[in-house]
Amino acid sequence: MIAEWLAMPALAPVVTQLPALQVVIPLLAAPLIIVVGHARLAWALALLAALAAFACAIGLLFLVLANGPISYALGGWAPPWGIEYRVDLINAFMLLIVAGSGAIILVYAPRSVDSEIARPRQTMFYALFTLCLTGLLGILITGDAFNVFVFLEISSLSMYALIALGRDRRALTAAFRYLVMGTIGATFYLIGVGLMYIMTGTLNLADLAERLPMVTDPRPVYAAFGFLIVGLALKAALFPLHLWLPNAYAYAPSVVSAFVAATATKVSVYLIMRVIFTVFGREEVFGDLAIGYGLLLPAAVAIVLASLSAIFEQNVKRLLAYSSVAQIGYIVTGLTLATTTGLTAAILHLFNHALMKGALFCALGAIVYRVGSARLTSLAGLGWQMPYTSAAFVLTGLSLIGVPLTGGFVSKWYLVQAAIEYQMWWLVATILIGSLLSVVYVWRVVEVLYLQEPPAGRPPVQEAPLSLLLPTAVLALANVYFGVETSMPLTVASRGALSLLGLGE
Amino acid sequence: MLLLSHYNYWIAFILLLVGLYIVVSRGNLVKKLVGLNVFQAAVFLFYISMGKIIGGTAPIAEPGFTVYSNPLPHVLILTAIVVGVATTALGLAIVVRINEAYGTIEEDELDERDEPGS
Repeated sequence: MIAEWLAMPALAPVVTQLPALQVVIPLLAAPLIIVVGHARLAWALALLAALAAFACAIGLLFLVLANGPISYALGGWAPPWGIEYRVDLINAFMLLIVAGSGAIILVYAPRSVDSEIARPRQTMFYALFTLCLTGLLGILITGDAFNVFVFLEISSLSMYALIALGRDRRALTAAFRYLVMGTIGATFYLIGVGLMYIMTGTLNLADLAERLPMVTDPRPVYAAFGFLIVGLALKAALFPLHLWLPNAYAYAPSVVSAFVAATATKVSVYLIMRVIFTVFGREEVFGDLAIGYGLLLPAAVAIVLASLSAIFEQNVKRLLAYSSVAQIGYIVTGLTLATTTGLTAAILHLFNHALMKGALFCALGAIVYRVGSARLTSLAGLGWQMPYTSAAFVLTGLSLIGVPLTGGFVSKWYLVQAAIEYQMWWLVATILIGSLLSVVYVWRVVEVLYLQEPPAGRPPVQEAPLSLLLPTAVLALANVYFGVETSMPLTVASRGALSLLGLGE
Repeated sequence: MLLLSHYNYWIAFILLLVGLYIVVSRGNLVKKLVGLNVFQAAVFLFYISMGKIIGGTAPIAEPGFTVYSNPLPHVLILTAIVVGVATTALGLAIVVRINEAYGTIEEDELDERDEPGS
């Protein structure tokens, strides 16, 4: 059906401009929201922009599936001189994840935002949210190394401000720490781009991929690679560069935690994938540079250590944040294995983890809306008083662990297979230990929700309002749906993996 | 002489480390931001100096001139400077709010004041 719409001649002018509209719509919505100045209207506009972006992403994915990669010359300047927007399977899929999370979380937003952010600040909040979405979409779609930096900073700056809007004063220190670390990361990326430009004279990613192998003195190129990877690893919160993340997620407003946890670090991991596979190429990175273990070991340590930290955490938001650091470990493990199976696992887990953390933070946000705190002790007995919200939390928790018939199982299954292909038994063991540890920390929350008595003297808590419950349920059920009906994400992920490895579409 | 032939990169590199050192070693949040600015300025210099060609003129097509400096890195870094200004402004705004909320902008004191009842 969608394919037929895309082929309609009346829509042709829109369809050819889809790559630009993907970014331009939310970009224009942001200033418009500020001009409107009314909280509810601002929300409606932001939602409209996110839905439009989601529609663009769906359209782009279908176009790419049907016709192969799209190259769009921005302003009519032909690449490599002008800025090129380049959509292939992987970033079309990522665009879908980011725009989709943005749209669903905006549906969820108004009630939660009302309870956590003062009314006069709400228009600014929605403007920042839309800008952040713009930045993330821009990073994904652009094929120009410097343009990536600009969008990276658009998304980061709006994210720092969004985090600083949290009610707890620790949100301010968390935002400041993230600002310092994030700026260092982005500047490292900039140095890397500069070094590549000195050696090749181009900024276009595809053009860089062609010219880098022709460079006679490879040392500046190696340095560039180092700066790029370290900078992006900081942004992706890869262990041990994750220190900014737990507090930033924990003290941000619930809506921001949900959106940032579902999208931001994934986009940076996507960039790492692009740099390794598209720009430098698998042979160069894992052959000459032998970077494999340099990324694989931190990722494996992240899986175990971050999961352990989550077990001892008393604040559920921080618990989920540490779990996110562990999940980034899984994704980076998959991509450093650099086989078709490994990359498929990485891309699948990018998708599944966005669904999981989106759902978990939304459910938690609904709980915070009712009881006003995310501390483990204040969740006692809520399993019976907020049955649907708690059920959504448990269901998604199962996916986080990787129980069969959930999305998490599929991606971990592929990850374990990729490790077995290499006969890396220690890695298989690490992945399984990580899963066991996640059983422990998910169980801690479940135990408090269902088996503990509500604290004496607390008035009975009501189920969350429908506007919070519905998006949470959609995300939670998506975890199960994509665990049973795996063909769509699996097809896209495996074809995407093949194209990243240069083994055909 | 080989080491000094690219002295512009050395200057940028030294500034980069100075900036990073300030960010890591100072506990005062404003000083951290100053360090961050030095760090970024180093990268700006790195970009600006890479576009210069010895003997080249400004990139304006005029008869009699054949060697031009590369304007692209300069344009790029103009964007990065704007981003840097925005980052500093946002950072300072957060520092002001931290000062309002805590009454201090020293990192160790901030940690202390969050300890009880965290």
